[in-house]
Amino acid sequence: MGEIIFIEHDNTKHVVELEPESTLMQIAVSNAVPGIDGDCGGECACGTCHMIVAEEWFNKTGAITDAEEQMLSMTPERTKTSRLGCQVKAKDAMDGMTVHLPEFQM
Amino acid sequence: MAIKRKETTVIVGGGHAAGALMTALLQKKYQHDVILVGEEPHPPYQRPPLSKNYLAGEVDQASLYLKPRSMYENGGYQLRLGVRAEQIDRDNKIIGLSDQSTLKYDRLVLATGSHVRRLKVPGSDLQCIHYLHDIADTDALRDQLIPGKRLVIVGGGYIGLEVAASAIKKRVGVTVLEAADRLMQRVTGPEMSAFFYAKHNAAGVDVRLNAAVTGFEAGDQGRVAGVTLADGGKVQADIVLVSIGVIPETALAEASGLPCDDGIVVDEFTRTSDPEILAIGDCTRHRNLFFEKMQRLESVANAVDQARIAAATLMGEEKPYNSAPWFWSNQYDLRLQMVGLSQNHDQRVVRGCFEKEEFAVFYLREGQVIAVDAVNMPVAFMVGKQLVQHRKSVSAEALSDPHSELRNL
Repeated sequence: MGEIIFIEHDNTKHVVELEPESTLMQIAVSNAVPGIDGDCGGECACGTCHMIVAEEWFNKTGAITDAEEQMLSMTPERTKTSRLGCQVKAKDAMDGMTVHLPEFQM
Repeated sequence: MAIKRKETTVIVGGGHAAGALMTALLQKKYQHDVILVGEEPHPPYQRPPLSKNYLAGEVDQASLYLKPRSMYENGGYQLRLGVRAEQIDRDNKIIGLSDQSTLKYDRLVLATGSHVRRLKVPGSDLQCIHYLHDIADTDALRDQLIPGKRLVIVGGGYIGLEVAASAIKKRVGVTVLEAADRLMQRVTGPEMSAFFYAKHNAAGVDVRLNAAVTGFEAGDQGRVAGVTLADGGKVQADIVLVSIGVIPETALAEASGLPCDDGIVVDEFTRTSDPEILAIGDCTRHRNLFFEKMQRLESVANAVDQARIAAATLMGEEKPYNSAPWFWSNQYDLRLQMVGLSQNHDQRVVRGCFEKEEFAVFYLREGQVIAVDAVNMPVAFMVGKQLVQHRKSVSAEALSDPHSELRNL
């Protein structure tokens, strides 16, 4: 089984199981990782699952839709490798991926 | 040194607010015992997909769960499902349960949610008249959505319209009967209502406004066969869904003498008048510093926000509720996102284009943005969240000007 490493804003590390076909938001929420809310359940409707993917892994996360881009564009802590976790499906190729969590969600 | 006694916190109710509260307590490493008492057999789950992709059969039951049950239990929390709390003895801090057992609590959180408003007209007890509130209701309705059947939906609010969109995808004939003169009248402005009316009509839904239901007619074997209207009209039906709103579930609180006023009355820290009892979610009439008046809200955002406030209160932190409410709905390929409450606006400004199905309506009061409804325009929702939360004054010209950058407002 693969794993995803979530790192909170205060550097607390959470190593959790990578469940292929789940989204990164679902994986974080299912494992009660603080710093990810995912309030709308994955509808790309709330913007509360902002994650910052480690640069070397970013190209594994797939394309950003227009809706996600609009949501991200107003996220204060946005970086070049920001994603909404609900829009990224986990896959085996992400084994060992590091994902940083922002200080605040919208 | 005295060792602090481990306390027991009981959560009554197993919905979204209860689940969000357990999550917040897990994340805060709350050290006391937590026991959730839920009437449904499921761990806390998301209700919004019930009328949307769960009804359409696009997602399975397990994906509705906020978390796998084991995540709460691994954290040391207990779930007692399939059991109803029937009374609260506040003097002795004991809850009586439907399986005749009792539970002792030190702190109690009521997250009892709401129940559907029933339509009481002749024939309302016929077979195949449905309500939609939980997984079991949705499973029962979905089983009947067979191509060619005629579904009549009473009530043109979010739930009714979301079901209409899901059902027509399954080639079910759909009629929506709305008693008011426009759709979603309680929650949105006339432009949005007109837009959604046109969208549903174009999709093949027969939407009828000013259509007050007076009764149901029986067919074979006690099944519903038709709906009668106040104007004398009739609509044939194989299946009926009544979606005319919810009523806060306050019976338990009221019976125990807690103040209720169309909702369990709580302050901005989610405290009831009893210092050991909190209440969160749809069941509350609450103080939110964002509003001048006490509010009752039926929404996921309110449920999770209040759950987080309650977690802070249980931890001994003082974190008052102070946030603008927000909502969403998906119908067809439309993503509707809303922030704020638009009642009492004195001006509406439209930005974008109805024909392209990308627009937003800004609701202003005395020049301040008090609410935004956005269709397929997430940036307007995100900007709106900031404008509404901070009660920004923005000119109507700037809001409607397509060349002004929303994010610079």
